Amino acid sequence: MEEIHAPLSDQAALAESQRCLYCYDAPCIHACPTGIDVPTFIKKIATGEVASAAKTILTANILGASCARVCPTEVLCEGACVLGHDHEPIPIGLLQRHATDFVTAHGISVLKRPTEKSGFRVAIIGGGPAGLGCAAELAQLGHHAVIFEKESNAGGLNTRGVAYYKMKPRVSLDEVRLVESLGVEIQTGVNVGEDLTGEELLSEYDAVFVAIGLGSESHLGIASEYGPGVRSALDFIRDIHEMPLEEVEIGKSVLVIGGGNTAIDAVSQAKRLGAPSATLAYRRKEVDMSAYTFEVALARAAECRMVFEAKPVEVVRDVEGNLAGVKFIHSSSGKEWIEPCDQLLLAIGQPKQDSLLKKLFPALEIDARGCVTTDPLTGRTSLPKIFSGGDCANGGKEVVNAVGEGKKAAMEIHRMLTGKPATPTKQSSRQGITRPPSGAGLWNPIRPPNH
Amino acid sequence: MADLSVTFAGIRSPNPFWLASGPPTNTAYQAHRAFEAGWGGIVWKTIGDPTPNVASRYSALRLGNKRMVGFNNIELISDRSPETNFRELKEIKHRWPDRALIASLMTDTREHWHDLIRRGEDAGVDGFELNFGCPHGMCERGMGSAVGQNPDVAEKITSWVMEVASKPVIVKLTPNITDITQAARAAKRGGANAISLINTIRSITQVNLDNFVPEPYVDGASTHGGYCGPAVKPIALNMVQNCAQDSEFGLPISGIGGISNWRDAAEFLALGATTIQVCTAVMHHGFRIVEDMIDGLSAYLDSKSMESPRELVGRAVPSLRKWEDLNLNFKRVARIDHDTCIGCNLCHIACEDGAHQCIDLLDPETTGIGYGPGRMLGKAAPVVREEDCVGCNLCSLVCPVDGCVSMVEIPSKEAPMSWSQYQSRLSKGDIAPIPAHP
Ligand SMILES: Cc1cc2nc3c(=O)[nH]c(=O)nc-3n(C[C@H](O)[C@H](O)[C@H](O)COP(=O)(O)OP(=O)(O)OC[C@H]3O[C@@H](n4cnc5c(N)ncnc54)[C@H](O)[C@@H]3O)c2cc1C
Ligand SMILES: Cc1cc2nc3c(=O)[nH]c(=O)nc-3n(C[C@H](O)[C@H](O)[C@H](O)COP(=O)(O)O)c2cc1C
Ligand code: SF4
Repeated sequence: MEEIHAPLSDQAALAESQRCLYCYDAPCIHACPTGIDVPTFIKKIATGEVASAAKTILTANILGASCARVCPTEVLCEGACVLGHDHEPIPIGLLQRHATDFVTAHGISVLKRPTEKSGFRVAIIGGGPAGLGCAAELAQLGHHAVIFEKESNAGGLNTRGVAYYKMKPRVSLDEVRLVESLGVEIQTGVNVGEDLTGEELLSEYDAVFVAIGLGSESHLGIASEYGPGVRSALDFIRDIHEMPLEEVEIGKSVLVIGGGNTAIDAVSQAKRLGAPSATLAYRRKEVDMSAYTFEVALARAAECRMVFEAKPVEVVRDVEGNLAGVKFIHSSSGKEWIEPCDQLLLAIGQPKQDSLLKKLFPALEIDARGCVTTDPLTGRTSLPKIFSGGDCANGGKEVVNAVGEGKKAAMEIHRMLTGKPATPTKQSSRQGITRPPSGAGLWNPIRPPNH
Repeated sequence: MADLSVTFAGIRSPNPFWLASGPPTNTAYQAHRAFEAGWGGIVWKTIGDPTPNVASRYSALRLGNKRMVGFNNIELISDRSPETNFRELKEIKHRWPDRALIASLMTDTREHWHDLIRRGEDAGVDGFELNFGCPHGMCERGMGSAVGQNPDVAEKITSWVMEVASKPVIVKLTPNITDITQAARAAKRGGANAISLINTIRSITQVNLDNFVPEPYVDGASTHGGYCGPAVKPIALNMVQNCAQDSEFGLPISGIGGISNWRDAAEFLALGATTIQVCTAVMHHGFRIVEDMIDGLSAYLDSKSMESPRELVGRAVPSLRKWEDLNLNFKRVARIDHDTCIGCNLCHIACEDGAHQCIDLLDPETTGIGYGPGRMLGKAAPVVREEDCVGCNLCSLVCPVDGCVSMVEIPSKEAPMSWSQYQSRLSKGDIAPIPAHP
């Protein structure tokens, strides 16, 4: 399966970087949830300082390389580019990839490991983007961060969930190594709640950051749902990341139920992996889909079929119990029909982690959605030593939000432990802007109008 | 439709677009191609004692995506023999009788000058251009800019030429001189019929930061090259205008330096040139660019209801005054059109750090400015504090959107007053001194 975007050649990167206007207090910085100083890194590419460009990116966002591939830039930095409204925005994502790939390929380390250690120890539950973002920042602030990850490798959904045609797991694993190179300790195969209790962590560490993401189970709650042929779309996507592609089980006629980005990713990848037919069924109208418009367009381009206003009533099986299709009822006409399929992937939202959270920290306040109640600026929870961020706190956003939240929590943990505020990443292209809050993007990302 | 034909110091040309002496005018082959493309005239690559050249010869200034913004060379005059050059000139004149064909010449003694002029006339050229401008290679041998920089020598050599020339003689000036009008007047005193300017400017375009040798690289060394191309246009325009405005001068001018399109050409005409010459732009893009020059100039003249380029020549010359004659009471301020402002804030930072700190970044909501293209919630909007704006133009120059920042005239209650008038009124005690800027 090919990556959908080819990397920029050196020549193209130079040409595109030189198109950047070098805006002052640029909107792209405000639209990036990690507040990367975009004009500054692009100017560095334009003057041939590619490693230094990577430094600007990675000091703001340790997962700059994966974000360059998986961020929905159309609604983030590039959506905010002032050149976009009557012309082409600068391809910020591709330029970011150009710079971060350069340092990875040449083995250049641009981030410094602090020489002075604070002696404080912070436990991080979950090695996904939020956990890695928090750990990397803590390490650079001089603290000892230990990540506990239940799987055999860290990276979270970046390693196991993001569409394969956007990013290969290798990129995410390279980033895990980058975080480790800063002095972060990662203990894989440790399921907190089973192998270790929340209490133990609280007593052994000076602070705890909870970044367990969301669950992967997905159930419709309709007849004959449990049985062969039916699985969660996330498990299917995980196979793509962890198995040789030719061994991933793909039906002849794949049906995906759901209307979000996971559903779109699943149907696209099923088709790209060779399913003769791949259909997405969504219970509401196309305009109601939470998937990004450009992702929907990508799936259409891959010749995926889509049916709307399709409310599933029951899973249809033959006498032997094999999957035969799904019976739907059309919401506006009331008409019933059966959509045949031999593989059904469910992508109707990742379940929240409230039961695991309650088990880990019984006193922790959990909101009505089932997420950790946090202060979005600091990651503080209802309990003094516990912080949280990423999907388990925000309910499920993007990789870049998770990294930003991890980073903000790290800065607040630093303040709590040392009594001194952490200095935010310098955004030299906003030099002189005094308006609070003290950094754009990271603290209050603005959302450009959806494209 | 305007008639583009011009007569320059008696030389007739179907349009004012000539090729300057240089690599594009080196051979008959190129001359055919150039005339086929539509060029009105050609100044042949300078003929003299053929000289060998070095490799490499050129280097350039590159600005971002734009290459060849400025161009520099260390090439010498024609490396072909005068025999070959004159034979080809004859052939070309025969084939293209309606075009202007000028022989550019450079040599040393009076006899040698006479000899070249005679051979040129035999070849049937329409005129001569004396190369007193080449800033490298030839000046070390007492030719080129060594001549152009010394008005007395230039005058003397011109007068030698005029002893035998029956065809019009153009003296090509070097810009490597403090007051260009001194060189123009010397050419006139020597009897020249016209001047052309500018030749190239002594320069170093870039240094290789690995081996510390500037470009162009010649076996571990380099030399000062002659600079030309778009970057030199402002310098050339200034010098052309200086000569056009000089009351003691008054001869026709062929304008050269950084011309790439009809607009550049029209500006040279407006500042006093009758014909223009192009070298670098053709080296960059080929002879084909003349098509746009012809179409563009002709459409422009039509739009101004001018029938001939002659009506344009010199139109902008009188509006150049001495600084002390400019109106101190004229007031202009910057105004930002928030309907087209894309929110790059480049005007703000330029004024804030580089000018007079009078563009504020304000809340689009409370100010009622709202959101324009590219400006969105949470982003400030630039607003000019007009009472503090000195009208310097900086913001309008940095703004990437055409027409977004306009400089608006603010009617003044005061009558116009120049610095000279101010000084005389001040000395008479008629007015109080203008207070210094706070
Ligand atoms: C199919 C799919 C596609 C997506 N595509 C994109 C995309 O293209 N672009 C984008 O920006 N975002 C995308 N996202 C969203 C993005 O992946 C998440 O927002 C992001 O990964 C959240 O990071 P996190 O660290 O909060 O959680 P996760 O990435 O889920 O990481 C949580 C980690 O915690 C570990 N963990 C959980 N419980 C325990 C425990 N008890 N003990 C130890 N470890 C534990 C997990 O194994 C996991 O590694 C996608 C999501 C999905 C589901
Ligand atoms: C490579 C090169 C060689 C040149 N050779 C000559 C020459 O032989 N004689 C001459 O009078 N001018 C010569 N010139 C100067 C040009 O005629 C012209 O005056 C100058 O380049 C400015 O015009 P432009 O900006 O259009 O190039 C040369 C210029 C270049 C770039
Ligand atoms: S014209 Fe000059 S002083 Fe006035 S706002 Fe623009 S930059 Fe500032």
